[in-house]
Amino acid sequence: MTTLPPARTPLADPLRLPVAFAHVLRRWGVRVPAGRLPLYATALGSVGVTSRSAVYWAGRATLVNRPEDIPAYDGAFAQFWEGGPPPTARLAVAVPVIVEAPDVDAGGPSPENGPEREERTEVVRYSAVETLREKDFAAYTAEDFDAARRLMAALSLRPASRPSRRLRPSRAGSEPDLRRTVQRALRTSGEAVSIAHRTPRTQPRRLILLCDISGSMEPYSRALLRFAQSAVVGRPRVEVFALGTRLSRLTRQLSARDPDAALAAAARVVSDWSGGTRLGEGLRTFNDRWGVRGMARGAVVVILSDGWDRGNPAELAEQMGRLHRVAYRVVWVNPLKAAPGYAPLARGMAAALPYVDAFVEGHSLAALEHLAEVVSA
Amino acid sequence: MTPEGVAAGLNAAGYLPDEGLATAVMLATSLHRPLLLEGEAGVGKTEVAKALSRMTGGELLRLQCYEGIDLSQAAYEWDYSRQLLHLRAVEAGRGDLATAEDELYSMRFLVRRPLLLALQGGDPPPVLLIDEVDRADDEFEAFLLEFLSEFAVTIPEIGTIRATEPPVVVLTSNRTRDVHDALKRRCFYHWVEHPDFEREVAIVRLRAPSVPEPLARQVAAAVESMREMELYKPPGVAETIDWATALAALGRTELDEHVIDATLGTVLKYREDAERVRHHGYATLVTAGMR
Repeated sequence: MTTLPPARTPLADPLRLPVAFAHVLRRWGVRVPAGRLPLYATALGSVGVTSRSAVYWAGRATLVNRPEDIPAYDGAFAQFWEGGPPPTARLAVAVPVIVEAPDVDAGGPSPENGPEREERTEVVRYSAVETLREKDFAAYTAEDFDAARRLMAALSLRPASRPSRRLRPSRAGSEPDLRRTVQRALRTSGEAVSIAHRTPRTQPRRLILLCDISGSMEPYSRALLRFAQSAVVGRPRVEVFALGTRLSRLTRQLSARDPDAALAAAARVVSDWSGGTRLGEGLRTFNDRWGVRGMARGAVVVILSDGWDRGNPAELAEQMGRLHRVAYRVVWVNPLKAAPGYAPLARGMAAALPYVDAFVEGHSLAALEHLAEVVSA
Repeated sequence: MTPEGVAAGLNAAGYLPDEGLATAVMLATSLHRPLLLEGEAGVGKTEVAKALSRMTGGELLRLQCYEGIDLSQAAYEWDYSRQLLHLRAVEAGRGDLATAEDELYSMRFLVRRPLLLALQGGDPPPVLLIDEVDRADDEFEAFLLEFLSEFAVTIPEIGTIRATEPPVVVLTSNRTRDVHDALKRRCFYHWVEHPDFEREVAIVRLRAPSVPEPLARQVAAAVESMREMELYKPPGVAETIDWATALAALGRTELDEHVIDATLGTVLKYREDAERVRHHGYATLVTAGMR
C-alpha cells in the first residue's frame, strides 16, 4: 500500500530525493526513521512536486510527528528546497555537558548486570557506604558520584498507587465476571452454579519530577538529575522537567539506558544551565501545557528546588495553587533544608509552602531514600 | 484526489481546513493510513472526522478513549447474558451441550464495538474516530498499533477479522502525554493550529449563520486578542462560535463593554482568566474588533 507505480513518483529512483532531504532534516535534529522514507516518497508522488506548499505539507504530514520539530523542519525545508542556510551551531552541535563523572560502568541498572553490580557494591566497605549515604551532595567528589550511582540506581521510587479502571479476576471481587461465569457454566452442563468475580487492579500513580537547574542549585542539580534519570529508565509513568529561566521537558532524553548518554542528551536540550530561575513562570508553562491538562491530574509531583526565585512570588503562589488542586500530592525537596537553622525565608519558598503536602530534604543519598518513602505514601 | 478537492469537499461539509490539513487528509484517505491530529483543545480536531464522514457519506464510528479502556469496549465483547440463556435453553430441551458450546462463540453472540464495526466496511467505508487517544493507557495503545497496521482484529474463539476495505481513521490527541513513536509511525501527522483571522470569521459565518458579518468579525478579533493575553485556557474556535451565537441570540449586532461582561462565561471557563481579561479592560476587546 505504500508503494506507487514508478510513473507517479517524481524521480527515476523514487527514494533519492527523500533520502537526501532526510539527511538534511537529521542535521537539523529531527529524528527520521528510515521506514518513513518510502511513505514520504509516495506522498510526494501523490501531491506532485510542482507547488511549494504541496511539497511542504507532504513532508510535514509524513516526517514530522511533534510540534517541537516544526521549526527545525521549516529550517531544513528552506535549506534543501530553497537554498537557505544550514542549521546554526546551537542546533547542530552539542553544548558542553555538565556530567563529568568518569565512566566506569557504562551499563544502566538493567537486570542483566544486576549480579555484577552487587559484586562491586561488596567491594565498598560498609562504613564507606554509610558515610556516602550521609554526605552532602555539594561536597561530593567525582569518585563519590561514581560510587553513589549504584546506590542511586538501587533506590526504587514507587509512587503511591490508585485503583485502575481495568479489572482483574478475583475470588471476592465487587463486579461479576460474566465471561468466566459462562465458561464455568459449560463445565456444569450449562447451569451457572457459581458466579465468578473481578475487582479493580491497582496501578502506580504518575510521578512527575520538576528539577530546578539554576545557579544556586548547581551543587545539587547534577546529583538530582542522576537520581531523576534512574527513576525514569524503563518506567512509562515518570516524567522529568528542568526548571530554569524556562521549562524543558527531559523525559525523552533521560529515558536512554546509559546514564551518561542520557544526561548528555538532556544537557543538549536545556539552554539555561546554571542561569537564574523563574519558578512561577516555569510552573505556569508546565501547568498550561502539560500539568493541568492531564499529566499532573492525580499524580505525585516532586519539585526539587532551593526556592531561590528571581520571579514574582505571587505568580509562584498562584501556579502552586493550580498544581496543588489537580495533583494527588505535591512534594517539595529542598537540599538547603538540612542546613542547621534553616528557615524557609527565600521569597519563593515562603510563597510555595502553603501548597506543599510534604517538605523534605534532598541533600544526600539518605535524604533521597527518605524521599522515596514519602513518594510512596 | 487533490488537496484542493479535499478542501472543497470539507468546505461543503461545514469545515474550513487550511492547506496543511487538507493535504494531510488527502494523503491519509488516498494512501489508506490513519491521520493523527494533535493541537490545543478546541481547535476543531474532532470536528475533522465528523466533517469527513459528512463529506464521504461513510458512517461515523466514534471511540472515545479513557484510562483503562479495553478490548471489550473498543473492539468486541461476548453477549454473556444471552449466552447463559442459550445454555439454559439447550439444557432444558435436552440438546447437545457440545454443539451448544460451538454456537456459544459464534457471530450470533458477538457484540461489535467501534473498532470491529469499522472493519466490516460499508459503502462508502466508515470513518473511524479514535478520540483523545492520549487518555488511553499503554496496553490499549499497543493493541491499537496492531489494529492500525493490519486493519484486523483477532478474536481467539473465531479467528481474525480483516477489513475488506480499510476504513478512514482519524486519531486525536490533546498531548497530555506523548503518544508512542511506534503508533505515530503508522500515521500521517498534523498539528492543528488556531485558524487565522479571516478563516475564523468564515468559520463563524458558516457554523452560525444567524450571526451578522460585522459581529462575526468583531468577535473573531476580540478572541484573537484574548489569545495573546496568556490565559490558562485560551479560547478555541468552539468558544468563538458559542460566543457569537450567544450574542446573536441576545439580538446584538455589535460588541460593547456591557455585553462582553454579561457573556464572558461563554468564552472563558476559568475565573482567573475572566479576571485577567477584565483587568486588561473590555475596551481593548471592543476596539480590537473595530479595526
